[in-house]
Amino acid sequence: MAGNVNHDYHILEPDIWPLIGAFSALTFTSGMVLNMHEMPNAWLVLGLGIAGLIATFYAWWANVVKEAQRGDHTPVVQLHMRYGMILFIASEVMFFVGWFWSWFDFALFPNALTEVVGGVWPPAAIDEVLNPFDLPLINTLILLCSGTTVTWAHHCMLNGDRDGVKKGLWLTILLGALFTCIQAYEYAVAPFAFGGNTYSSAFYMATGFHGFHVLIGTIFLIVCLARTYKGHFTPRQHFGFEAAAWYWHFVDVVWLFLFIVVYVWGGWGAETH
Amino acid sequence: MATTAEGFDAHTDDHTHHGADHKPSFFARWFMSTNHKDIGTMYLIFAIVAGIIGGAISGIMRAELAAPGIQYLGWWVNFMGGEASFDANLHMWNVFITAHGLIMVFFMVMPAMIGGFGNWFVPLMIGAPDMAFPRMNNISFWLTVVGFISLLFSLFVPGGTGLGAGTGWTVYAPLSTSGSVGPAVDFAIFSLHLAGAGSILGATNFITTIFNMRAPGMTLHKMPLFVWSMLVTAFLLLLALPVLAAAITMLITDRNFGTTFFDAAGGGDPVLYQHLFWFFGHPEVYIMILPGFGMVSQIVATFSRKPVFGYLGMAYAMVAIGVVGFIVWAHHMYTVGLDVNTKMYFTAATMVIAVPTGVKIFSWIATMWGGSLEFKSPMVWALGFIFLFTVGGVTGVVLANGGIDDNLHDTYYVVAHFHYVLSMGAVFSLFAGFYYWFPKMSGRWHSEFLSHVHFWMFFIGVNVIFFPMHFLGMQGMPRRYPDYTVAYTYWNEIASYGYLIMAGSMLVFFVNIGYALVAGRRAESNTWGPGATTLEWTLSSPPPYHQFETLPVIEEHHDYHDHMSTPAKV
Repeated sequence: MAGNVNHDYHILEPDIWPLIGAFSALTFTSGMVLNMHEMPNAWLVLGLGIAGLIATFYAWWANVVKEAQRGDHTPVVQLHMRYGMILFIASEVMFFVGWFWSWFDFALFPNALTEVVGGVWPPAAIDEVLNPFDLPLINTLILLCSGTTVTWAHHCMLNGDRDGVKKGLWLTILLGALFTCIQAYEYAVAPFAFGGNTYSSAFYMATGFHGFHVLIGTIFLIVCLARTYKGHFTPRQHFGFEAAAWYWHFVDVVWLFLFIVVYVWGGWGAETH
Repeated sequence: MATTAEGFDAHTDDHTHHGADHKPSFFARWFMSTNHKDIGTMYLIFAIVAGIIGGAISGIMRAELAAPGIQYLGWWVNFMGGEASFDANLHMWNVFITAHGLIMVFFMVMPAMIGGFGNWFVPLMIGAPDMAFPRMNNISFWLTVVGFISLLFSLFVPGGTGLGAGTGWTVYAPLSTSGSVGPAVDFAIFSLHLAGAGSILGATNFITTIFNMRAPGMTLHKMPLFVWSMLVTAFLLLLALPVLAAAITMLITDRNFGTTFFDAAGGGDPVLYQHLFWFFGHPEVYIMILPGFGMVSQIVATFSRKPVFGYLGMAYAMVAIGVVGFIVWAHHMYTVGLDVNTKMYFTAATMVIAVPTGVKIFSWIATMWGGSLEFKSPMVWALGFIFLFTVGGVTGVVLANGGIDDNLHDTYYVVAHFHYVLSMGAVFSLFAGFYYWFPKMSGRWHSEFLSHVHFWMFFIGVNVIFFPMHFLGMQGMPRRYPDYTVAYTYWNEIASYGYLIMAGSMLVFFVNIGYALVAGRRAESNTWGPGATTLEWTLSSPPPYHQFETLPVIEEHHDYHDHMSTPAKV
């Protein structure tokens, strides 16, 4: 960089990972298409794409962490990241709006012209739904509880109590993993399969995308835990952790809506499993 | 004095020192870029390439439509490696209109306006050294490129009755699901996923940059209107694109994994797809025009040597258009069987948008009123924009009426309408911006004479293409067919001649760029004189590799309500 930079912004060196990341994304989507149509080399292309994406994510954020440790993240740059994370979460909210939109469309106006649905909700093809006050309620409590443990970790962070941060994060990660396990178990024993009617299409896609986001959030928290062990965070500068916590609260709130709208209201009056 | 509430009296550093112009090697500079100007240049080049392809496809379409009957489609089917037959020929037509729409929307207008001019001039205009996330800026660009590559893949694989995706740019189910077996439509859908991801990241970058990197003293209410337009556009992208992502993901799972979101046999609802698509699609049309509004505001003020009339009204008119743009989507769906009350609501809400749009049109006119007008190349394109966009806006008010749209829906009247707002509105503003900023970006002057020739040929050409389409539509000619009854021959033939004039004007454009790059006069810092007062004109042409290493300070001595009394600064 030039020697006479007189501002606090972060001017970056050229970087190869955006190019690799974009072409990995193309390789991944192309591998998906090849797989969906059982074309040659499908798994090879898909595997390359996934490997490239994982490498990009890892290298990219490793660079961000390195830059943070180097002191490139001045207060104004940290503020950039806050804006960036809030906006990213806003776009994620709109992504879930799409899934809720289809759920409400199907539930409020069940199709009367097809036997599968028969003008009722849950559709005629659905004999039983999951009992919302069984494992889904447990999962709700698990996620709510994990929201408190991540806040515990945050307060320890602000008070410079690194052991407390570790405890809070370990608990949050374990609760997140427990949620994912229970969700996987529920999918395995659910009395309806994926697809075939509107209920099981919208149910699995909405809860599935949420589950995927829980997984991402858990990985994000694991990275923060590892960084805590390395002593990356200070009581004054720990936005990586805060971003993970925001993201975690976001998946938590999405779950609350899923629980109320999909599990409780969406299955109201139906036989439960 | 121009464009914002006041001319900026800015202190900038001396840009002659060496450090700021130290450029990386060729590969690092263009394939690993973290520089907003280089990324903007790449977006512009990409958009021009995509525009040539999309424009060539319209040439194929106009040739086919020049006379009734199927003329050339069989030849194209064979050329693309298929086997000509009645069905394959018609599928080829669908592939052409799909590719034309997707390319022009996602790979020409959006990359040029947002990626190109937005990247170049948002940081310059707010006095920032670069974008907030320079590395993410680069992946936004490359995701757009790979999205385009995925769309190209789709041309060479089966998509139903032939090769390629023939769903229309709207990708409506069930044509895009059970109606198009084969991988082509999946490649096309993933193309939108990839380009959409790039746009969402770009939107995040613009909003953060505009909120957080304005030079000291540059309040939101002093920001140039082009920056305002990019801010509103970025919010529309951020909130609309994820809904499209969800909708087209449902298409993927309906096509391949047995879900029934849009499959009536499983209780699904094809109209749901249309709702989700247009909840994105209507903001999308404002995404394509708002940056144009911003550019035209800068240009009209510059060449009137006056600050833009009603600056705050202009800024908040764009905000209003953005907000109301989210609650009018079903006016694209009047004929799907909406009940009368819904149609009434969407008719009324749609007409409301004419109010802030009118604020903008009249404020541009009021800006010119009493100004010392100079009809330089950007200005003539901006005036062409105002005139032609108004024509498109007026037919938009006609189409906003649910009852009238029952007759005009899916006719050439609609094609005429949206080409007046896009290929004349958006594209005229793109050329206006291009000629306005080309000397700044390249450091070379284009030929004013050739620019005017380009303008007049293009203006006549596109009007000859699209004005007759109003007549065709009112006579009942439906869109999206390669053939028509002989009664529609006359105006179709005329429209196809218009294409030749337009295509000729594009040759003039490329000659002009070539001339400028090879032999163009060197451009000075402020190419357009005292009317151009925004910060990019305080920098050299082209600007240093890293500008504003000492941030400019916007001084506080102007009274915003009394900007006419401030002396013009150069």
